Amino acid sequence: MEKLLNWVDARFPLTASFKAHLSEYYAPKNFNFWYFFGSLALLVLVIQIVSGIFLTMHYKPDAQLAFASVEYIMRDVDFGWLIRYIHSTGASMFFLVVYLHMYRGLIYGSYRQPRELIWLFGVIIYLVLMGEAFMGYLLPWGQMSYWGAQVIVNLFAAVPFIGEDLSVWIRGDYVIGDATLNRFFAFHVIALPLVLLGLVVAHLVALHEVGSNNPDGVEIKKLKGEDGHPLDGIPFHPYYTVKDILGTVVFLMVFTAIVFFAPEMGGYFLEANNFIPADSLKTPAHIAPVWYFTPYYAILRAIPPMFGSQFPGVAAMGVAVLIFFALPWLDKSPVKSIRYRGPKFKIALTLFVIAFIGLGVLGILPASPLYTLIAQILSAVYFAFFLLMPWYTRNDSTKPVPERVTQ
Amino acid sequence: MKKLLFMLLALPTAAFASEAAVHLDPAPVNLHDQESLQRGARVFVNYCLSCHSAGYMRYNRMQDIGLTEKQIKDNLLYATEKPGELMHVAMRTSDAKAWFGAPPPDLSVIARSRGADWVFTYLRGFYRDDTRPTGWNNTVFDKVGMPHVLHELQGQMAPIYHTVQGEDGKTHQAIERFELVKPGKLTLAEYDALVGDLVNYLDWMGEPAKGARMTTGLFVLLFLGVFFIIAFYLKKDFWKGLH
Repeated sequence: MEKLLNWVDARFPLTASFKAHLSEYYAPKNFNFWYFFGSLALLVLVIQIVSGIFLTMHYKPDAQLAFASVEYIMRDVDFGWLIRYIHSTGASMFFLVVYLHMYRGLIYGSYRQPRELIWLFGVIIYLVLMGEAFMGYLLPWGQMSYWGAQVIVNLFAAVPFIGEDLSVWIRGDYVIGDATLNRFFAFHVIALPLVLLGLVVAHLVALHEVGSNNPDGVEIKKLKGEDGHPLDGIPFHPYYTVKDILGTVVFLMVFTAIVFFAPEMGGYFLEANNFIPADSLKTPAHIAPVWYFTPYYAILRAIPPMFGSQFPGVAAMGVAVLIFFALPWLDKSPVKSIRYRGPKFKIALTLFVIAFIGLGVLGILPASPLYTLIAQILSAVYFAFFLLMPWYTRNDSTKPVPERVTQ
Repeated sequence: MKKLLFMLLALPTAAFASEAAVHLDPAPVNLHDQESLQRGARVFVNYCLSCHSAGYMRYNRMQDIGLTEKQIKDNLLYATEKPGELMHVAMRTSDAKAWFGAPPPDLSVIARSRGADWVFTYLRGFYRDDTRPTGWNNTVFDKVGMPHVLHELQGQMAPIYHTVQGEDGKTHQAIERFELVKPGKLTLAEYDALVGDLVNYLDWMGEPAKGARMTTGLFVLLFLGVFFIIAFYLKKDFWKGLH
């Protein structure tokens, strides 16, 4: 066995990589609950890829056959229902985990110097994930798949001058059709997953280059012991591997409880209208995107058309996502973690969380004048969190940051 | 911090506030009542399947509700069909369009798209309306294209109107209740039971794997429960040397 390992190590850095990224990667010893979601996101990615491969074996990307092939998977493929529910639940859980992972970054300042690139890679992953989810949602070819895609692709038509041509170019047709289904399938099963995997590698390489942040926002590399390892660091393996196994089991209990007992999740993970085959002549009365897109959908609807163009709303929605890129440079606080920040940041963050969840709820509900007003207020709060950040983080009071991490 | 997690988890319980316009009666759905499912299957094949397909459902899947292949073949199939076939419909799409305005929808997953309660209320909500080409209208599906196929069993209901004041302050006629103007072969209670069986069957047919799903789920959660205990002590053991 050792001879084999030596043989491999002479040709490939197997032991060296294991040490560099696991057994001798020193992570802060004070990770808390919020630090589970990074490894869980990786787990869900693997779950989605594996279940997706099995779905691809039976799914037919053809407007005439797609809906029936999904029901074929649900009924005639051995454990097809399980594979399909794992994949559909996985999509929602991916966003849940990623949102919690991003929130962790927000509260502990994980996007701050020297981790700006980790954050940027992460935001790109989030963007690609949105594209991946959106295109995957068309594939079952139900009414919500069809009309959801119709609404979203029509957003591109609002771009001035080139909009109409752009939307036709995306669809490959004047309406969502077979050509759209085929290209979305290609993007969903190979193009975007490839990009996603590459970005995840970049995210992790950047993380392991600078080292993990922690709930105290203390740089553990500043204080090293005589052995050259950070005093407050512990090897990722075995300490965090066993801890993440525990987190994985708890996560899988939630995940499988949904898969086996509530795969539709009351219409939020699988919408009832999506059990009706796509019909280009029948527009559903109420088109709502899946829950993970609703905050942005609410922002889109909150901005009224200007000069007869929907473009301002579309632009606001785009900026609402892209503004995350600017976060490392908007935050001027001398401290990273919320534990040592003052009341201004805490109030701003609380308002942001309320705005994000509130917009999410409003994006599910049908529009009404009152809801639109609330959505406008919450959109303003959403953007104010970012745009006013340089001001309120600079003027905020802070508590002294300890030298070492606290337990 | 925990607030975010809590609210995200509580999200699925927030109801679609806008879609509660019509009152729906709760359908007596019971996946484990095989006799009810079998009775429902018979009603479905005799009454629904002449116009509606269930094109994703195979006849022999009804073995899952306790029927043998021979029973399915003898009682539920036409002579030319095989038990492994999908439940297609003999009617041509062009005829269907001419007769009903639109081809009757496939019913394989109707209980999933409409909900069992909706179907249960719908099948008991037909009433006479001479302004409609078919002579029928429906309480939950206004101006429905489908005639009341089961009227021989239920009989004919006629609406009794009363005057109500709308939100805009104007008064208009609204249905207050129904009156049985011509009795059918069944009493209303028997009819409700029959529709209950049918809806139970439709609900089962929407997802035949549901029973297996729940049973498998119990074992999976049991396994994870044991795994949790092991993982918990594993973590505790590895971490006890740290301070």
